[in-house]
Amino acid sequence: MASLKEVQQKISSVKKTRQITKAMNMVATSRLRGAQTAMEAFRPYAEKFSEVLGNIADKAGGNASPLLTPRNEVNSVNIVLMTSDRGLCGGFNVNLMEAAEELMNEKVSQGIDVSFTNFGKKGRDRCRNNKLQITNQYLNVVGGKFGFNVASTSGQELIDGFLDGSFDEVYVVYATFQGIAAQPPVIKKLLPIPIIETAETDTDEDQPYLAEHIIEPSPNELLNEMLPKNVFIQIFNALLETSTSEHAARMKAMDNATKACNDMIENLTLAYNKARQAAITMELMDIIGGAEALKG
Amino acid sequence: MAGLLKLEVVTPVKYVVSEDVEIVMAPGTLGEFGVLSGHTPFLTSLKPGRINYKDSSGKERTIFVSGGFSEALPDRVTILAESAERRRDIDIDRARAALERAQQRLAEEKAENISFERAKAAMYRAIERIRIAETKGM
Repeated sequence: MASLKEVQQKISSVKKTRQITKAMNMVATSRLRGAQTAMEAFRPYAEKFSEVLGNIADKAGGNASPLLTPRNEVNSVNIVLMTSDRGLCGGFNVNLMEAAEELMNEKVSQGIDVSFTNFGKKGRDRCRNNKLQITNQYLNVVGGKFGFNVASTSGQELIDGFLDGSFDEVYVVYATFQGIAAQPPVIKKLLPIPIIETAETDTDEDQPYLAEHIIEPSPNELLNEMLPKNVFIQIFNALLETSTSEHAARMKAMDNATKACNDMIENLTLAYNKARQAAITMELMDIIGGAEALKG
Repeated sequence: MAGLLKLEVVTPVKYVVSEDVEIVMAPGTLGEFGVLSGHTPFLTSLKPGRINYKDSSGKERTIFVSGGFSEALPDRVTILAESAERRRDIDIDRARAALERAQQRLAEEKAENISFERAKAAMYRAIERIRIAETKGM
């Protein structure tokens, strides 16, 4: 049995760990709230944008833009992998990286070159360790405060790469926030832009269908301006979702860690009390033994 | 007097404006346009510039937009901008710094480069912000 002092030291060290995990849990909780607010603030913009885009795509018709046109032959693919910069968030990053690797293996087996665009240090490090090709990396974005310009800068790079033929397809792997307990990774095709759902005309049946819009400049030109923005919006949305998920995952992981600390402290306290009791009993036995001997 | 129409200015990070207004003036790519209630459906892209509107009490207000899209319907105008700020929210020091940076880049870059175009756009945005912020009253 461990000595009293050792057990005591162990207890105080676990208590210190618990303090840290508790604090991290609280930080993650408050960041999660911030990230959720940002997600909510973005929703009206995204919804309105896709409504207008659907409207316009209707009128521009067909393959109006190279961003919409799939390549006949796909030789290289870029995967945008979004992970967090920091660890201590359970299986969050591993799940994302495994989803990306699955996609990569599938493409590689078809003889397609794969390169990565990394958001977040964890994914970047893994790609680097596995000697994968990294075209671009953006650190200190996920999980922090970021503006729309991050999405437009990185999106522009991807579009440029797509247009000059560096890659024929672009996918994004990110975490979707479905609540505190579930942040499953998803894979979405970014480029070429999948067919845009046209605006539904039969949704508001009570309203008479509005007359055709006057569109300036032409529908095609406007569509060409909106499509890149659509890509930025997708990236921005993915970043928001991943950030929110990261905080949720960390919150959960830290909550579990705190619980584990509590269990450990309980067990150790029990062991400590037992050891102390044993020592007292021993001493008593000594004294009693000595007294008995004196009586003789 | 025609009725009011609803003006909504939305950016990815927040609702900048959502209120009933009398008239909206916005900088379309093909020229500035005004919208009163009862406008025919109209969709256009926007240049960086200013949106002027008169709120329901008749006060004139100004917002900076960095470009984007505008959809006008008979009873409302929606403006989707990457960034937009009310006049009082403009950070003039930041705009001045951005202007300086843009000018510096313009001096260094060759005119054919993409970054030249970007710097030029940044410069326009900064100038417009400063102009709006320096307008007194309203």
